[in-house]
Amino acid sequence: MIFNPQAECMDRAGLRRLQGERLSDAARRAYENVPFYRKKFDEHGVKPQDIRRIEDVGKLPFTTKEDFRDTYPFGLFAVPLRDIVRVQASSGTTGKPTVVGYTKEDIEIWSEAIARTLGCGGGAAEDVLQVAYGYGLFTGGLGLHYGGEKLGATVIPMSGGNTKKQIMLMQDFGTTLLACTPSYSLQIAEEAAADGVDLRKLKTGYFGAEPWSETMRGQIEHRLPLKAIDIYGLSEVIGPGVSSECLEQDGLHVFEDHFFPEIIDPNTGEPVGPGQKGELVFTCLTKRSTPLIRYRTRDVSSLNEAPCPCRRTSRRMARITGRTDDMLIIRGVNVFPSQIEHVLMDIEHVEPHYVIVVDKTGALDELEIKVEVSEHLFSDEVRKLEALRQRIAGEMRSVLGVSTRITLVEPKTIERGLGKAKRVIDRRELK
Amino acid sequence: MLVKQLSIFMENRAGRLAEIARLLGDAGVNIRALSLADTSDFGILRLIVNDVKRAMRILRDSGRTVSLTDVVAVEVPDHPGGLAGVLERLRDANVNVEYMYAFVEKATDNAVVIFRFEDIENALKVLQRAGISVLSAETVSSL
Repeated sequence: MIFNPQAECMDRAGLRRLQGERLSDAARRAYENVPFYRKKFDEHGVKPQDIRRIEDVGKLPFTTKEDFRDTYPFGLFAVPLRDIVRVQASSGTTGKPTVVGYTKEDIEIWSEAIARTLGCGGGAAEDVLQVAYGYGLFTGGLGLHYGGEKLGATVIPMSGGNTKKQIMLMQDFGTTLLACTPSYSLQIAEEAAADGVDLRKLKTGYFGAEPWSETMRGQIEHRLPLKAIDIYGLSEVIGPGVSSECLEQDGLHVFEDHFFPEIIDPNTGEPVGPGQKGELVFTCLTKRSTPLIRYRTRDVSSLNEAPCPCRRTSRRMARITGRTDDMLIIRGVNVFPSQIEHVLMDIEHVEPHYVIVVDKTGALDELEIKVEVSEHLFSDEVRKLEALRQRIAGEMRSVLGVSTRITLVEPKTIERGLGKAKRVIDRRELK
Repeated sequence: MLVKQLSIFMENRAGRLAEIARLLGDAGVNIRALSLADTSDFGILRLIVNDVKRAMRILRDSGRTVSLTDVVAVEVPDHPGGLAGVLERLRDANVNVEYMYAFVEKATDNAVVIFRFEDIENALKVLQRAGISVLSAETVSSL
């Protein structure tokens, strides 16, 4: 179902004109109302009048995560606090959280974006949406909640955790749409299977807030009777609802009449060619609280301009394949945790539960990957388990270009993520 | 003629074996024989128990990775050269042993050797032809 056909199926030329008008307005609002941006524009030698068309976006300076920290808590707001009706925040791993604000109009934009997201996955007013993202400062829970109401669906505000109750309500209320992290959906699947619960009313799962892979999608769709849809967003931009896969499951439609995407080379800041991989950058064209200008997400993706069979005309971003900042440097070689995940997922029957441990012995970096042994994988002969271990190590070596140590661990020893699964433990800094 | 052996994946960590033994003990499962194959990181615990189904359920419920393996229990005369005699027959018939472990029967003068063969059917034929006594699952669990 296309929630807003007029916006989502707009012809490309019309869309670019609209984006140009909105960008020009956003640049003006940023310059006039946010001292931080006025200073930044001035230093960069750009004036709001220079921004007339969407092509002018490259003239603007970037905004980074550090800028949020430096202006904490409300320094990026372009409106007085009396117009802000909500704040949300993302947990900073160190120090202060990243704070974002919403005006009434922003909440409306956000709800609309999530309603479109739900529509992308086939959701409609008849559906029952169970929101198992955390409620609170995290944007996941409340974002999906308001979007679900905007769509007209029946919303169950379960929040995260309490898996037994989640499963009970899914059964009793006939949940058709499930929104949670992909790793949590596997936990629900595990417990439902263990209790012999039938969840066949499920139709679509809206999964995001942590990196996952195509193979993990296969696992989820194998264990739960639903289509697993990748959704994307970040609180700095709006929260979830920035982009979503449609039922084609081939790239995420960016709701680019509100959130303008670019792909740049993370080292030079220059745009890359069409279809090429690089760092994803967003400009909030319509958000009133903060007209966020060219925000560097540090997520690695690419943009596909080809038309989609679903009729939506927006460009599609590729599933996030890594973070420019969680790149690990192991003995001088760049390693992305996503590569490790890919290798593991491609080996049949390996449960998608693993932890990466980076350590140092002497001067040398050591990369250890702990993999859970499922019953499919288990053999009661040592040499077969050793062979499995060597096979994983061999494939890691050929893909990553560095040798790794593979450790097989008992099932369920690796914590199941309720939020962003912590898959990398870097012990090198502690020494 | 086949005996079901429980195989359990274990990380090489202090106290793992004790946990499993306690779990089975509290459930009233008696361990008849056991062997532990280990590497520096992990081990495989192999158990012959009096109640396979119950043991399997208890271990699975506690989140362990468990599998059932068909093994052969052979009665071997408990005197010098008793085992050698059996092994020579197997060798002469080119029967490959994946692994084996032994325990001594309380009631008789015999030892019991648990064999995991690559080709179980062939191994059983060879043992029968050689007149070597192969114990049934019932016999083993009641030992």
